[in-house]
Amino acid sequence: MHILQGMTTDTDLIIVGGGLNGSALALAAARAGLRVHLLDAQPRAEQEERDFDGRAYALAHASCRMLRALDLWESVATHAQPMLEIKVTDGRAGEGPSPWMLHFDHAELEEGPMGHLVEDRHLRRAMGRSLAAMPGIVHEAPARVVAQRVDASRVVVTLDDGREISGALLVGSDGRQSGTAERAGIGRQGWGYGQTALVCAVEHEKPHGGIAHQFFMPGGPLAILPLTGNRCSIVWSEEEARAAEVAAMDDAGFLEALRPAFGSFLGEISLVGARFTYPLGLTLADSFVAERVALIGDAAHGVHPIAGQGLNAGLRDVAALVDVLAEARRRGEDIGGAQALARYQGWRRFDTATLAVATDTFNRLFSNDNPLLRAVRDMGMGAVNAMPGLRRNFMREAAGLTGDLPSLMRG
Amino acid sequence: MSDLSPAAPTSTIDAGEIAKFEAMAAEWWDLEGKFKPLHMLNPTRLDYITNQIAAEFGRDLDAPAPFEGLRILDIGCGGGLLCEPMARLGATIVGVDAAPRNIPVAQIHAEQSGLTIDYRVGTAEDMAADGEQFDVVLNMEVVEHVADPLAYLTACQQLLKPGGLHICSTINRNPKSFAMAIVGAEYVMRWLPKGTHEWNKFITPDELFDLMRQAGLNPVDRKGFKFNPLGWSWSISDRDLSVNYVTASLKP
Repeated sequence: MHILQGMTTDTDLIIVGGGLNGSALALAAARAGLRVHLLDAQPRAEQEERDFDGRAYALAHASCRMLRALDLWESVATHAQPMLEIKVTDGRAGEGPSPWMLHFDHAELEEGPMGHLVEDRHLRRAMGRSLAAMPGIVHEAPARVVAQRVDASRVVVTLDDGREISGALLVGSDGRQSGTAERAGIGRQGWGYGQTALVCAVEHEKPHGGIAHQFFMPGGPLAILPLTGNRCSIVWSEEEARAAEVAAMDDAGFLEALRPAFGSFLGEISLVGARFTYPLGLTLADSFVAERVALIGDAAHGVHPIAGQGLNAGLRDVAALVDVLAEARRRGEDIGGAQALARYQGWRRFDTATLAVATDTFNRLFSNDNPLLRAVRDMGMGAVNAMPGLRRNFMREAAGLTGDLPSLMRG
Repeated sequence: MSDLSPAAPTSTIDAGEIAKFEAMAAEWWDLEGKFKPLHMLNPTRLDYITNQIAAEFGRDLDAPAPFEGLRILDIGCGGGLLCEPMARLGATIVGVDAAPRNIPVAQIHAEQSGLTIDYRVGTAEDMAADGEQFDVVLNMEVVEHVADPLAYLTACQQLLKPGGLHICSTINRNPKSFAMAIVGAEYVMRWLPKGTHEWNKFITPDELFDLMRQAGLNPVDRKGFKFNPLGWSWSISDRDLSVNYVTASLKP
């Protein structure tokens, strides 16, 4: 089987996991002058036009800037819907929304829209094309890593065909069940929410006007995010049992269940693309780094997608790591050395742990039908809404414009 | 290769100084070990060095192997904390150290890192006597340890090709530097073994500029290396040269 045993290829950066974060890292690192070997267990992403499958992302303003810096934005922008306003409402099915409402309008933010809604297929296609065209990147997919070890000043991964790839640094971008983290001996903490996200896209009669809505329902939040045309992306969080029930329904039954929460403000709705379910939970790796290993994206932290921050946080990891690596390279430092990795960990782990705790608290506060909590959060939302300064701070945070911004996100 | 030993009569290194550093040699590459303060300062030193070399020789640090074709000497190379980065940037690098025990430590580490570095036991004076010539001489945290700074800086000047760049860092002499470098680093934090520094050998920036001019070097820049106790990190300062500082000078 191991016909290619003993064959070793050397590079600077080995990335395991060719999803959006792994691909973005490959592109950004290659632009910084590093040689990159990108390994993905899944077959190569399609570079051609595909039908919409229902998956979309709310990209924060900072993430859009990063795509622009990587020359990906131009091909994505024509399919991106700017998010002009966000309306947050505390709702309870049958009762309609409470009078307290949070309203974020991009007119209050000098940088423009807080973010854009981008379909997964457009993002993947742009990245796939860019990966194929970028010199300095070897992209192998499918390719499965079966072992990894640290040898003096190199990290070496073994593929299932017996070949070995050595590099100065190995980056695990391989998700919540990261094999890279496990092989490096990095443990992780996790909390389940007992909730499942039902994700889909709908077509509706009336224009959405670029307004995103978040309804806080007792079972979990319902996010309605505007896509191009008369379409919206839906992230509907429900208690596990109820979610399983809804997921098992046919499309007509699903829409019937969605309608009371969704309301009628956009007129008639129908499904476009497939429906997806994701169990919600929060995971945090005990460390984002180990000897010659760094973790990014869900391999480092999986946050509740309540605020659409999963991909945004992953891209922020990518941008921070590339800053650290580019700086180390300019100085002639070892890019996989303990000092460079400590800088990445110091930059990102605190940020992420803060986000995880904030998202967790937010969700616990809002996914609750306790009348006292409901009164408290209604007053809180009213207070935030009444104070323009505080409201702008929330918006800047959601747009990813706060904190120590990596250079790719500075625009 | 130089066959001169540190005991050569031309040496200006105190015998006592060499013994002190020999005792510290084995732990060079331990980030949390005895050389932690040097590892902490190293990125900031490298920022200064790489930017000065890039500016002087018109190199682009974002290009692959930007220092290719440059011959660089690191005096007092220790375990190779500066030599290895220079080698990664493509330079032809010679590391020289008066303490023989540092050399095998540095050689072993360079080999592990897959880098080619010419390490030698010796002093600046030995190298100058051999007629060696370099584009850049790195003279970092050495001058405060030598017995005759003018003779030493003259040797550094002789080692440069015309137009060559000399980068020299050291510690200022004032009550603050005494408190920080000796009381703080050696006695309170125990970052460095007691007796690493003798305060009366410290040199002020103006004195160093005078010495360099006497040695035939044109001083062109001076900056502070400033320790930030809140961020626990170092940075380059335009104004604060009160403790650690660095200079650039050119051979006409």
